[in-house]
Amino acid sequence: MHYELRCRECGKSWGNQPRSICDDCFSPLEVSYDYDALRWQVTRDQIAQGPPSMWRYSGLLPLPENFQPSLPTGFTPLFRAPRLAEQFGAKNLYIKNDAVCLPTLSFKDRVVAVALAQAREFGFEVVSCSSTGNLANSVAAQAARDGFRSWIFIPADLEPAKIIGTQVFGARLVRIAGSYDQVNRLCSQIADEHQWGFVNVNLRPYYAEGSKTVGFEIAEQLGWELPDNVVVPMAGGSLITKIKKAFDELIALGLVDPKPVRFFGAQATGCSPISSAVKAGNAEIDPQKPATIARSLAIGNPADGHYAIKTIKANGGWAEDVSDPEIVESIQLLAETEGIFTETAGGVTVGCTRKLYRQDRILPDETTVICITGNGLKTTDALTGKYEAEEPIPPKISEFDKYLERTLDIDLPETVEA
Amino acid sequence: MTITVQIPTALRRLTSGSACVTCAAANLNELFSALDQQFPDLRPHLRDESGQIRRFLNVYVNEEDIRFLGGGAYAFQEGDEVLLVPSIAGGLS
Repeated sequence: MHYELRCRECGKSWGNQPRSICDDCFSPLEVSYDYDALRWQVTRDQIAQGPPSMWRYSGLLPLPENFQPSLPTGFTPLFRAPRLAEQFGAKNLYIKNDAVCLPTLSFKDRVVAVALAQAREFGFEVVSCSSTGNLANSVAAQAARDGFRSWIFIPADLEPAKIIGTQVFGARLVRIAGSYDQVNRLCSQIADEHQWGFVNVNLRPYYAEGSKTVGFEIAEQLGWELPDNVVVPMAGGSLITKIKKAFDELIALGLVDPKPVRFFGAQATGCSPISSAVKAGNAEIDPQKPATIARSLAIGNPADGHYAIKTIKANGGWAEDVSDPEIVESIQLLAETEGIFTETAGGVTVGCTRKLYRQDRILPDETTVICITGNGLKTTDALTGKYEAEEPIPPKISEFDKYLERTLDIDLPETVEA
Repeated sequence: MTITVQIPTALRRLTSGSACVTCAAANLNELFSALDQQFPDLRPHLRDESGQIRRFLNVYVNEEDIRFLGGGAYAFQEGDEVLLVPSIAGGLS
């Protein structure tokens, strides 16, 4: 096998097993690879011959031998965003759009796909997770597709679409009267007692590697070049660290030229433990009690907070946060300028990007990629009251003319003579 | 002040298999010292070389993160239930 679990802090090797903590020093485990062997196996040509999905990077993922993917997850579009760029006074702005990731329209589909590959290998029949919503949807859907039973634990106040979007797959949904952090703590205790494959507890080291595919795709879709800046939403703080790991691996394997990419983290002000720490110059987070509409980012005690801060500081990045009204306005801005309807987390990312341009932390000519990680159809309640439901009008042209006069407050153009 | 401490599976090999330990302690520092005395092998798992609580160890009192209760300054109440839960991070190469 070309990969194994290794302790991030003391370096002890743990082979491959469902475990996320080093028993020796209580620190997190991470998947580590034999890069010397990979250098000869993974090339641009080999990747280009792969399928149009995240599985084109299988050589750089911890997958069991003979693994056969059941879904074409990932390889979402990366495209220029000229109209949004104009709003920011920017010239080289790109969107990585995981709002259309398969099968459940968020980047979580990537991590779950890798976690379930290992869940099968380890012989689990039940897969599980604690979730702020997107992960719940993804575990439930992919468990159904792959023939696992699923138990999903969520905070009780989640958006209705994310609850229905979990139950519809036949998952056992357990609502917890508490915050995500409390759900997560409970799941750590449950995973301690039950032989279940918790994708973000005992399978977490494998699960987290799936996030690297966002970084691999950004590099390949930019023509095998790294951007100057990446703006990433932060909940637990894992995604931003894994995009950096992806870039570092591509550099180590000689697939891209080295570049000190700056990483910018985005949070909601109502739950900003990581951005607060970055702004205060701290290396550790202070936990917060979340109060924001960006529920998918509402993690007050982010497990990867320490590493996210390190990632941001590595090359002179920064972290910002935006208020709930700014989140809603930013959802609308992205939709109106680029035709992308993102969820609240995407509003956070867009709003923070605007701030970063205004602060000159990101400069107009630099190549900047913003990561849109979820779909707006799941959080439509965030827009409640933003659009009035108008009275219907009778199906008559005269009524429509009256409607135009009434609503647009303008004179009608003269009727064209035949 | 008598409090109970739930020991996670990963550390039970250091507590002779005990999942639940009863201690007398007024605050977190005293609690850790009491645990150190009872189970000397546990010490390096709870605190680092400089005596600080390990970064990836979360301490909960009656389901609440102790950092919200004042951390080391929190005065234990009779019957408090303390949970030691490892923080599950993915790490970074």
